[in-house]
Amino acid sequence: MRWCRPTVADMALATRAVPRPSTLATLWRSTIGKKTVMAVTGVVMLLFLVAHMLGNLKIFFGAGDYNAYASWLRTIGEPALHHGWFLWIMRVGLVASVAGHVVSAWQLSRRDLAARPTAYVHRRPRASYATRTMRWGGVILALFIVWHILDLTTLTVNPRAEPGHPYENVVADFHNWYADVIYLVAMLALGLHIRHGFRSAAQTLGAVTRRGDRAFRIAGNVLALVLTAGFVAVPVSVMTGVLN
Amino acid sequence: MRLTLRIWRQPGPDADGAMTTYEVDGIAPEMSFLEMLDTLNERLITEGEDPVAFDHDCREGICGACGMVINGRAHGPERTTTCQLHMRHFADGDTVDVEPWRAAAFPVVRDLVVDRSAFDRIIGAGGYVTVPTGSAPEAHATPVPKPAADTAFEHAECIGCGACVAACPNGSAMLFTSAKVVHLNVLPQGAPERESRVLDMVGQMDAEGFGGCTNTGECAVACPKGIPLPSIAAMNREFLRAARKAPR
Amino acid sequence: MTSYLDYSVGEPIADTRAPEGPVGDRWDRRRFTAKLVNPANRRAHTVIVVGTGLAGGAAGATLAEQGYRVTQFCYQDSPRRAHSIAAQGGINAAKNYRNDGDSVHRLFYDTVKGGDFRARESNVHRLAEVSVQIIDQCVAQGVPFAREYGGLLDTRSFGGVQVSRTFYARGQTGQQLLLGAYQALSRQIAAGAVEMHPRTEMLDLIVIDGRARGIVARDLVTGRISTHFADAVVLATGGYGNVFHLSTNAKNSNATAIWRAHRRGAYFANPCFTQIHPTCIPRSGDHQSKLTLMSESLRNDGRIWVPKAKGDRRPPGEIPQAERDYYLERIYPAFGNLVPRDIASRAAKNVCDEGRGVGPGGQGVYLDFADAIARMGREKVAEKYGNLFEMYERITAEDPYRVPMRIYPAIHYTMGGLWVDYDLRTTIPGLFAIGEANFSDHGANRLGASALMQGLADGYFVLPCTINDYLARQPRDEVDPAHPAVTEAVTRTTGRLDRLLAVDGDRTPESFHRELGQLLWEHCGMARDDAGLRKALERIPALREEFWQRVKVPGTGERLNQQLEKANRIVDHLELAELMCLDALHRTESCGGHFREESRTPEGEAARKDEEFGYVAAWEFTGDGAAPVLHKEDLVFEYVHPTQRSYA
Repeated sequence: MRWCRPTVADMALATRAVPRPSTLATLWRSTIGKKTVMAVTGVVMLLFLVAHMLGNLKIFFGAGDYNAYASWLRTIGEPALHHGWFLWIMRVGLVASVAGHVVSAWQLSRRDLAARPTAYVHRRPRASYATRTMRWGGVILALFIVWHILDLTTLTVNPRAEPGHPYENVVADFHNWYADVIYLVAMLALGLHIRHGFRSAAQTLGAVTRRGDRAFRIAGNVLALVLTAGFVAVPVSVMTGVLN
Repeated sequence: MRLTLRIWRQPGPDADGAMTTYEVDGIAPEMSFLEMLDTLNERLITEGEDPVAFDHDCREGICGACGMVINGRAHGPERTTTCQLHMRHFADGDTVDVEPWRAAAFPVVRDLVVDRSAFDRIIGAGGYVTVPTGSAPEAHATPVPKPAADTAFEHAECIGCGACVAACPNGSAMLFTSAKVVHLNVLPQGAPERESRVLDMVGQMDAEGFGGCTNTGECAVACPKGIPLPSIAAMNREFLRAARKAPR
Repeated sequence: MTSYLDYSVGEPIADTRAPEGPVGDRWDRRRFTAKLVNPANRRAHTVIVVGTGLAGGAAGATLAEQGYRVTQFCYQDSPRRAHSIAAQGGINAAKNYRNDGDSVHRLFYDTVKGGDFRARESNVHRLAEVSVQIIDQCVAQGVPFAREYGGLLDTRSFGGVQVSRTFYARGQTGQQLLLGAYQALSRQIAAGAVEMHPRTEMLDLIVIDGRARGIVARDLVTGRISTHFADAVVLATGGYGNVFHLSTNAKNSNATAIWRAHRRGAYFANPCFTQIHPTCIPRSGDHQSKLTLMSESLRNDGRIWVPKAKGDRRPPGEIPQAERDYYLERIYPAFGNLVPRDIASRAAKNVCDEGRGVGPGGQGVYLDFADAIARMGREKVAEKYGNLFEMYERITAEDPYRVPMRIYPAIHYTMGGLWVDYDLRTTIPGLFAIGEANFSDHGANRLGASALMQGLADGYFVLPCTINDYLARQPRDEVDPAHPAVTEAVTRTTGRLDRLLAVDGDRTPESFHRELGQLLWEHCGMARDDAGLRKALERIPALREEFWQRVKVPGTGERLNQQLEKANRIVDHLELAELMCLDALHRTESCGGHFREESRTPEGEAARKDEEFGYVAAWEFTGDGAAPVLHKEDLVFEYVHPTQRSYA
């Protein structure tokens, strides 16, 4: 049996002889630390999504408003920042968040799967749907991000692809049935992901207490619902002809 | 009462295992699940077969030795230990699947017996207060506020059975580890080693090959002693605090 | 073969270690006179500790802290599971936090009196002194004792004493204390100071040139037989209540270590002193594998009764008050339902023997909370006893708020054990016995909440001091693994296991255990008489004979084989049972937990015979099939003078 941990301690009352690793190393080497990375990056992305969704809703004020908003985004921080720099800073931050989130998730998932090498013969549904779909939902979201950037940022796959005219590009896009399907599925996945992820992040960061647990659950559900509804409102409005 | 049991049989740690079916008759509703297995074993012995190996000792729900996954649930359908599960919770004619705890960190020893020594090593890494015998101050020198004492007690109730690991889809030992971290870190007696305790215990937990927590909550549902799920958040808080302070 | 009845009386035995002088100074004096081992030399000494309960866990941790090398064993998969964990009530200590007149002397007095004057004064006084330190130690370890709102420790009164000196952690005091010791031990294991062997069972003691030098052990997973050597061996393997098959002990608790040590020359003291706990959940059928205790505190508010008429099978609710017999209140009006354990147990047996018992098989009496609920309200009752009621309901599926509980006495604790002197040395030099494994400090009857106190006192404070004196006086020499005594012990062990596997009979080990238990319960249980004991003494050797011809142990010895473990323990139970009956037969007095039908006061209560039996009976093993030799240690009472107990 593996019993004694290798230790330099010879005397029973010896103190620690090996210095501890730095805070960052401690975090990155532990499961809790990796989850902290996921939680922090998740919260960053969530904040971005809230702003993104609110910005999206400006589309209901018409093409002028919306396109002006889009070009205003590039002027944020001027004159301290050069034109468009704010967006690039945002993009770098977001890419870093996605990368941190995905790498941690990947490593943790591999570890989790290895920790339960044999499945139970007697299977029964465990946990909630949102909980069970975190991994595949995450994969869907990652793929969606790629498509979404190609579609509405670089306009590579956009049917209209007219730089500087986001309103027209969006409306043209959602006239395509497959764009609607991709978008709707992804937003559903996003809702589920947030529903479990928000409470999970709160737990990882140690914010959950016994009394606060319910509040975090409710907040997660509300956030998930509001974000999904807010994002879905745009394609649905295009499909139903509210936006044209 | 008559039951069809499908029990995981595995002759040794490296041998292959499989579910084997047994018909057991004459089960009284007052029997405990383990007494029902005793009955089966008595029969198997007289028939010249190997009886089913399972861990058990106190049979009153406190030593933490027993534990098996019954119909996909750690310790079975009731929130208690296997030894305190009674057959009245099953119906005549039921088919019952019995499997060992499954986790990479809990290798199967034989049949339903697993090796949980990883838990002992987690405790050895920091789940104590360093107080050599004889060096203790007078007990009333340090009053402990009642809420802290109650929280400590609630977490100290953990019996180390491993149901949390068995129930967790990731085979994670977060609930077990957090129970001890919270028990000792909430007390003034545990304060001097507050940081090193959580860092070392989590380090050992990871080194043993337990999975991470994905917040499914299965552990707290399976826990026969009702260790609450927010204990894990409390441990995370302690861990992040300790990592920030990173005592050299 | 000579019959056990032909036992002889040998030289008297005496405790030569307790210092002279006032009882309150003896422990101080002993600590000063004991030789010490230079801290630098301690690494060169190895101590084997068998068992990881309160006594063993505490001893292992403490010896390692002192710098000794410790090799420790437990049969469980983890040192955290020893049966000390199941103790519910609490732990006594003479702290006098309540300012209610408690003191070391009062705890000493209560324990000697409670033990019915069959314990040594010096030992008991030391226990009372050390009790104070135990609480300090455990609190510092983080044991979550119950506290008041001011943050200070709460206490309660327990087991009929008049002061409130019992510290507790809800109904799980044993668990919390054991985890404290386990954590201290785990720290030493992680530091490499204790070499821990879980799932390893001691099967024999190695005695070389008259000194205990090691053990033979079996790895329960691989079946490997190994030898371990040391400068001293400490047995902390608990009591032997499982000889009775049904008891409140853990299923695997056993007497193998102490019995093997006895066969190697350690005297066994007072084997017939067993404690029977009055409030256990009755058995529900033949499948019953063990009994569950319900805390004695239930008797504070519950009323015990049976129907007045024999064979009254009506449900309790339909029996009118006039047809109920609250027999304890009737017979013992002063103490009522709070009479000591032995009296409550015997009275329950008597009414059941009269055919007035209730429940399946008529082996139970009612413990009724209807009056308490009417008086205090359901909520108050739930607050006090909620978890016990829950436990009762889980096991019996009956709601004690509505239907009276059924209770029946069960074997709970064994006061007898290996004979030890004041230093906890057995009669084999180098072999120590601590905790319930020794015959210790409880005399013929243990007070509630004293078992935890004694286990921890021995483990944390007494043994770590007295073992120094032994080790300091021994020459340091290595054991030769090829020594004939080592080979003999290994051969004997493997031989026994091979023999068990070779019988290949038609009866399961469990069936023999059950039969032995019934025999013992009937004839050597709550009340014993000459005829019954003689019958048992006749029957046990026959059962042993049958065991060796008909037992069936499946499988091999080369891997995990729980039936082999069980059968091997039953071998020792079958031998120890005979000594228990002989001891019970020879002690023709009633005292403490030992009630002899022939020895009663005119009122029918237990009558002690101090002139005749004011001694410890230490039995010497003389060989298989040979009658044992009785050595008497006379007990002297200088401070607490024997009086006859009276609770009428």
